[in-house]
Order: sequence, then C-alpha cells, then structure tokens
Amino acid sequence: MSTADITLPTRRSGAKTVAQLLAFVRRHVLTVYSLLFFLYLMLPIGVVIAFSFNHPTGRFNYRWRQFTWDNWLHWNAVPGIQSAITLSLEIALFASIVATALGTLIALALVRYGFRGRGVTNLIIFLPLSTPEIVLGASLATLFLHSTGYGVSIPFGFWTILIAHIMFCVSFAVVTVKARLIGFDRHLEEAAMDLGANEWVTFRKVTLPLIAPAILAALLLCFAISVDDFVVTYFNAGNRVTFPIFVWGAARVATPPQINVIGTAIFAVAVTCMLGNVFLQNRRAKTA
Amino acid sequence: MTVEAAPPPEAPAASAEYDIRLIGLTKRFDDVVAVDRISLDIDRGHFFALLGPSGCGKTTTLRMIGGFEEPTEGRIELGGVDVAPLPPYKRDVNTVFQSYALFPHLSIFENVAFGLRRRGVKGGDLRKRVIESLELVGLAGLEKRKPRQLSGGQQQRIALARALVNRPRVLLLDEPLGALDLKLRKEMQLELKRIQHEVGITFVHVTHDQEEAMTMADRIVIMNGGHIEQLGTPSGLYEQPRTAFVAGFLGVSNLLEGTVAGEDRVTLTDGTAVQVPRNVLAGRTGTVSIGVRPEKLRIGGGEANSLAGTVTESAYIGVSTQYILDTPAGPVTVYVQNDRTGGQVATGERLTLSWSPDSTFVVDAEEGAQ
Repeated sequence: MSTADITLPTRRSGAKTVAQLLAFVRRHVLTVYSLLFFLYLMLPIGVVIAFSFNHPTGRFNYRWRQFTWDNWLHWNAVPGIQSAITLSLEIALFASIVATALGTLIALALVRYGFRGRGVTNLIIFLPLSTPEIVLGASLATLFLHSTGYGVSIPFGFWTILIAHIMFCVSFAVVTVKARLIGFDRHLEEAAMDLGANEWVTFRKVTLPLIAPAILAALLLCFAISVDDFVVTYFNAGNRVTFPIFVWGAARVATPPQINVIGTAIFAVAVTCMLGNVFLQNRRAKTA
Repeated sequence: MTVEAAPPPEAPAASAEYDIRLIGLTKRFDDVVAVDRISLDIDRGHFFALLGPSGCGKTTTLRMIGGFEEPTEGRIELGGVDVAPLPPYKRDVNTVFQSYALFPHLSIFENVAFGLRRRGVKGGDLRKRVIESLELVGLAGLEKRKPRQLSGGQQQRIALARALVNRPRVLLLDEPLGALDLKLRKEMQLELKRIQHEVGITFVHVTHDQEEAMTMADRIVIMNGGHIEQLGTPSGLYEQPRTAFVAGFLGVSNLLEGTVAGEDRVTLTDGTAVQVPRNVLAGRTGTVSIGVRPEKLRIGGGEANSLAGTVTESAYIGVSTQYILDTPAGPVTVYVQNDRTGGQVATGERLTLSWSPDSTFVVDAEEGAQ
C-alpha cells in the first residue's frame, strides 16, 4: 500500500497509468477511508494521552514542551482533584448498581407480564433517553427546590446527584436487559420449575445466569454514563464537585496535565474491560 | 361425561389405580375455549397418546397436567390427589418439552442432575443416578459437554434423561419428536417405547402424528376442538371409529351416507342395502354414514356387501395400487395388494367391490363425511 507503487508508473506515461491509479483507488478506497475515519476518532484521544506526559511551562497544558513522568507520579497534586474523583467514583458505583437492579426488575416486568399501563411505562422509560440533558437537569433542580415546600427537604449534594444519576441510568439499564430478555426461551424456566425449582431457585439458577451478560453490560454502561455526566450533575450538585465539574471549573483558570492523567487512566480501564470481555467471549466460544 | 378406557382385561380398577384422572377440565383463554370439560382416566404404566390436529387442546391439556397453565375449571388428580392448585415444582410429574429446553449454561451432567439437586441428592448417589440415566438413553460419556455441542437427537435424549432421572409418577411428552428428521423420529419412537417398558412409568405423549401415536401408544385419546372424540386402543380406534372425525383422522376411510333400515341394515343413498353388525349400529335410527377402510374392500364378489362403480383414478404405490371408484353411493377408495404382477385395472373400467359386514363401522352422518 506504499505510495511508491503508484508514483513510479505515473512518471512514465499517459492513459494506462491513470487507469492503474483508478484501479488502485478502487481497490483500496475502503481501507483508506477506514484508516482516515479511525484517525479522526483516535487523534483526540491520542492527544489526551500524549499530553498527560507533557511538562507544561505555564498553567495551560496546550503546547508540547518536554516528556515527564511527574504528572503520573503526582496525579493528585492539584488541590481538589482527588476528592472530585472519589465523589465521581462513589456516585457511579452506587448509581450503576441501583439503576441496574431497578432496570433489571423493570425489564423483567415489561417483557414478562401484560399489565395495564405497560405501553405507557415503555414510553416513560424512553423519555430520559430522548430528552435533552439540559432540560432533565434543570427540571430535576426545580423538583428538588420545590420539594422543600412540601415538607421533603433534600439539600443539593451527594444524594441529589445520586438520585439524578440513577434516574437517567435506569433507562439505559432497562433497554440493555430488555433486549436480552426478549430472546429468552420461557420453556427454560418452565423446565426448571418442572424439575422442582421454586420461583426463587428458578430465577437464581436459570434466569439470572442467562441474563447475566446483559446485566454486566448494563452495569458497565451505567457506570460509564454516570462518571461522564456533566450537565445534569451541574444543576444538582450544590457545592459538591465531581470530576467533570472539576475539569470544567479548572479549565477556566488552568488545565493541569493531571486532568489528562485521569482521562488516560479512565480510558485505559475502559479498554481493559473491553478487551477482557472480548477475550472471555473468545475463550467461551472455544471451550463451548 | 367420563370417557372410560376400553374395557381393561382385569376387573374395573379402583380409583387408586389411575395415575391421572381429569375431571371436567376446562381452559378458557379470554373468549376461546381451548379445552372443554374433559374427563379422562389414565391407567398406571400406560403409554398414553393425546392425538389431534393443531389447536385441538391437546398441548393445553398437557400443560395443565404439568402445572404450566391454570385450569379455568375442573380437577386434575395425580394418584388420587387434586393437584390443580399446585405449582409445577410440587407435582410428581416431569416434562420433555418440544424445544427440549435444556439449560444452555449448564453441562449435560448438571442438566440431568438439576432435578435431583433440587431434592437434595448429593455426591456419589447423585453421580450414580445421573450416569444411570444417561446410560438409559445411550449417551453416557457426554456429561462434560454443553447442550449446544450436541445434535438435535442427542439433545432430545438428554431432555428425556433429565426428566426420567427423577422417577416421576408420570412423564409428559410434548411433541418431543417434532423437530427430528424422519429416520431419527422412527428410531426414537421405538427407543421411547423401549424406555417406557424399562422404567414402567406412565407416559402421556402429545402428538399430531397419527402414525406416531399408533406406533407407540397403548391407549390413544383423539381430541378435536377441545373435546375428546374417542378413546381406545390403536386397533380399536382404527377398526371401529365412532365419529367421522376419528375415521378421517386415523387413516383413510370411505364414508357413505345412508338410512338405517333395520337393526343390522343400512340403505345407502342409491338404494344398496348394506349389512352392518348389530352392536355397531347400536340402535341408531335415521341418517348415518357407514364406513369401510380401503384395504378391507375386495375386487369382485364373495362378501355379503357389494357395490359397483367406474374407476376414475388409479395410482401405483409399490406394495399396493390405489383406485378411486365412482359409485352411485359416492366416491370409494380401494387399496389392492400387488401380490401378483400384472392385473392392473384401467381407468374407465367397471368394477364390483365387496366387503364383510364385520369390516363395516357406522358413524353419525356429519358434514365431515367425505
């Protein structure tokens, strides 16, 4: 695919080489297009990773100067960054667990049972996915503010962030688990009951193991969405600072390379999870 | 309302001898009546077939016995105890599902062990019984595999082993051979029969395949539109069907409409008098249909009943030749054994058919007569 192959004949002559060139383009256009597309996708991430090793001159980490390990060794040297990360991880952990648990149960109800209002419930589940985040965030803030007037007082902070995150994560969890349940053979559960397993044992021994991949996927998805969320969180955080809010605040006065360090670390964890999943599935496919 | 099994060799059995007793069993789905007040006794140790076209209620009946559908009305007695209100896991029955329903995430060993583990069987005892069960279906040595690594026929056997390992009072089979190819199906029919003999458990087998039911079952119940049409042994149902539906569903029948002209005599629409056994006519009057199986008809005279007609179609099928005759009383199908070469009858020829009164059955004249 080196350029030499095409530039050489061009020098010689005319129509034949043009035809060869076109043939080459035709043959490789998909490859070239894909490479360009991946470059487009990966370049920003590459820059983030590269600049996590930069030793910037001023407060802004915008120009490459010098390679250093310092940012990685002193990843929490910036005041406030560690507590922001801790809060983000805490929120993401609780939100993803609660949202996935609720989402799984909702998905089970929606797929398994015909009940009055099922259509409406389906619609409501989709609403947070289609509503602009800014509207969600602002509406939630209004709700929390108003609730004080009705005797329920939830001050902005940890709990409001958690409630907000659970709310929008539930929809993702429901959609993920539902997809798996729709293809689920009900006879498997009947077979388990036929063999003497009561409802709970059937769920634990048959239903749960079979939908576990979807539950895990929902868990990871919720975690990622929660860690990443800025808009909704910003409206409902009060004076608490999550990592996205920290980055946003810091960017106004400085961009310490530690932000790149954390970004790179999160990226690395995500890629590891993904590769681990691929590896596990390959191995399962082989042994099965 | 109770349909009694054809007279058993011994004296009428006491209630305890029935493994399953259905009493006025009804299932309605919204407005549709799937099963309509069915009463049925199934003897211990029998291979029992529920036979009927799709939508006749046979699968729903089976699912009610298994506990997967709640009856709208009626009782389901297992060994004398009403189990209708009990969930599937509290009934001493096991099911072989049409789709096999093997647990894809468990090994073959764990699939078969599933029921035993629920009952607290452990260790060596568990292992011994699982292996025994796999040996019964001829698949020992596959314990470590996963279901999807097995062929359809093997999965079918595992499903059978998984159900039988629990030694249930009754084994329910929901069209278990439906997904197998013809050759494998024939093999499994004999295999199932052998296994049933070996374990001596009552089998209730749902199928729409009349040949399958005839091959395997000791007793067949023919269902249609949520009702029981007739219950009997395979030969009893074939020789003496009581309704036009049964006559048409089990094999081929010639049904000819006529009027009862005496206690052993029916006059067909063209005036031909036909002799019928007295007990078959059973005091019927008015319009009836008499039936004769195509292989019971002889070309030429010699029997008490006879009918003449013109050959309109003939088909050579190897062992026999099939003719369709147009007679004044209606179209008649005849199978003639090809026990000699030659002797084919051409279309357009006139033939006389005769048959013995003993081969004649009578059903109520219905729109189903053909």
